[in-house]
Amino acid sequence: MAITRPCGTYDESYAQDMAIVRTRLQWILLIGFFAILFTCPAWLGGEWVNLLNLIGISLIAVLGLNILTGYCGQISLGQAAFMAVGAYTSGVLTAKFGWSFWAALPCAALMAGLVGLIFGLPSLRVKGFYLAMATLAAQFIIPAVIINPLEGLTGGVHTLIVPPPKVGDISVTSVQGMFFIIIPIAVLMTFFAKNIVRTGVGRAFIAIRDNDLAAEVMGINVFAYKLLAFFICSVYAGVAGSLWAHWMRAINPDHFTFMDSIWYAGMMIVGGMGSIAGAVFGTVFLRVLDELTKVFGMSLSTVFVGWGAFIQGSLGPIVYGLVIMLFIIFEPRGLAHRWEIFKASYRLRPFAN
Amino acid sequence: MQTVLQYVANGIMVGGVYALSALGIVLVYKSTSVFNFAIGQMMMLGAFFLWTCVEVFLMPLWLSFIVAITAGVMLGMLIERLTLRPLIGQPLLSAVLATLALSYFLNGITIGIWGAYQQKLPEFITGAITIGGVVFSNDLLWSFIIAMALFVVLSVLYQKTKMGLLMRATAESHQVAQARGIRVRAIFSWSWALCGFVAAVGGMLLALRLGVSQYIALVGLQAFPAVLFGGLESIPGAIVGGLVVGLLQNLTGGLIAPWLMETTPYVILLLVLIFRPEGLFGEKRIERI
Repeated sequence: MAITRPCGTYDESYAQDMAIVRTRLQWILLIGFFAILFTCPAWLGGEWVNLLNLIGISLIAVLGLNILTGYCGQISLGQAAFMAVGAYTSGVLTAKFGWSFWAALPCAALMAGLVGLIFGLPSLRVKGFYLAMATLAAQFIIPAVIINPLEGLTGGVHTLIVPPPKVGDISVTSVQGMFFIIIPIAVLMTFFAKNIVRTGVGRAFIAIRDNDLAAEVMGINVFAYKLLAFFICSVYAGVAGSLWAHWMRAINPDHFTFMDSIWYAGMMIVGGMGSIAGAVFGTVFLRVLDELTKVFGMSLSTVFVGWGAFIQGSLGPIVYGLVIMLFIIFEPRGLAHRWEIFKASYRLRPFAN
Repeated sequence: MQTVLQYVANGIMVGGVYALSALGIVLVYKSTSVFNFAIGQMMMLGAFFLWTCVEVFLMPLWLSFIVAITAGVMLGMLIERLTLRPLIGQPLLSAVLATLALSYFLNGITIGIWGAYQQKLPEFITGAITIGGVVFSNDLLWSFIIAMALFVVLSVLYQKTKMGLLMRATAESHQVAQARGIRVRAIFSWSWALCGFVAAVGGMLLALRLGVSQYIALVGLQAFPAVLFGGLESIPGAIVGGLVVGLLQNLTGGLIAPWLMETTPYVILLLVLIFRPEGLFGEKRIERI
């Protein structure tokens, strides 16, 4: 969809053309949004702030996935496994070697990126569905390696206790404290993602997604760019994993299952593939939906007493499965597409609806 | 030596079950080019149908089999009609995620209806036979035999009947088949029905060993590498892939370390993808711009 500027707004310089935030109204909305976001801990309850933390972490993972799948067209079903790499790197470095969180975070990102490269290697020869299976392999091999050969470091199936991050001499243990670590990083990562896809690299990704043979003919080194996409995706997963480890302060291979990977892919689909705003919409939508389902399941289980445990266990998967299927069938381009339509019709009113 | 032989025997027998689920996946993929990630859940539901017929409605065993298999077939057709038919022409990821979301959905439905208990079927196949010191348990032996029998039947169906011809034509190209007057949607429906049948049978056999529980669905995950090993579009490939994966899994798990049991299939998968992406018997497709 072509970018429609609000009525009367003309781009007269390159800087104006490239600006992410273009008009005064956008600046006001953005600053207002940040003002509301960063005062959240002051007026929201602890559990809601915690939900925001979870959304922030998931958002980072989904952004990475969106760059790999939405922009570069390489399907990945192993995002949770790469998060596990990040979480365990960070967890082991801080818990066993006494590193600070701030040093462990980039190491976790790098480690996850390198592991992501290994599982991106099959993209040299296979694509589409077959590649999805290679990343599925990551989802089963990585936790098995964490549990068994690396048991001495990671504690295997037992939960690894991770120390809280420190700012100066103060340990950040509260939910609100973590909020101010997670959310700024999530905002920064969103900004990076938005810019990565606007650079030459991003354009190469899009060319590969649309037709990789044609992209190669045009002189794009397809393999290098595919690997780069895998690297970026896994780095995002690594950051998300590291934050997860220090947010939960206890990690277990069970936090990073195949189902979690499907969740991240679902968030990307619901939000809209190939859209940074979509990643935000999808993550917020599904995480809030999940929370509401839990609350609703609780109240249902108090009504139907005998069925309680089953309703709670089954409602989540049913709702989630249904939502994803309905989105794929009725709005495969996701919430971001709806948002674009809304914006365009707002700007073109009264000439379009 | 004896133990190695036992692992080989176990591997081939378990491979029979994998081959059955791989067969279900290949049947659907061949004509609709959709990979059915929900095969494990379809197997699980087949087992739950059988359990309900036997234990809740107290039907005789033979009738229960017929009812449960019919229900499995209906389930396959229902899935095709409700979730995959609207997706014809959509990009690959949509179909992949649709079956994944479906598997999640079916899991939830199963917990909601039957609960998270492990149920037990009446043991309709029991005992084991011993040949030269190697024990073959009868339920695994039966699943192996049924997998082979289904392989023969399906091969004949594909090669010799009109229906098989139509299915192969559809697999070749949906558009050309449609242009030639083949009812492509009906073929899709039939493929899913066949998949439902195979899955229901596989699920019932697995239920003997694992009990009627959510655990059956996890076996479906082990079948994915088997499919890719043999090649996505090849029925003999599904059988060979299933057997090889079962064999390697039992050998590495038994002889090296138990945790390799669940990991080996995926390591094989990764190697196959790197060195022979189209699988052993798959078709190489040439791409043009």
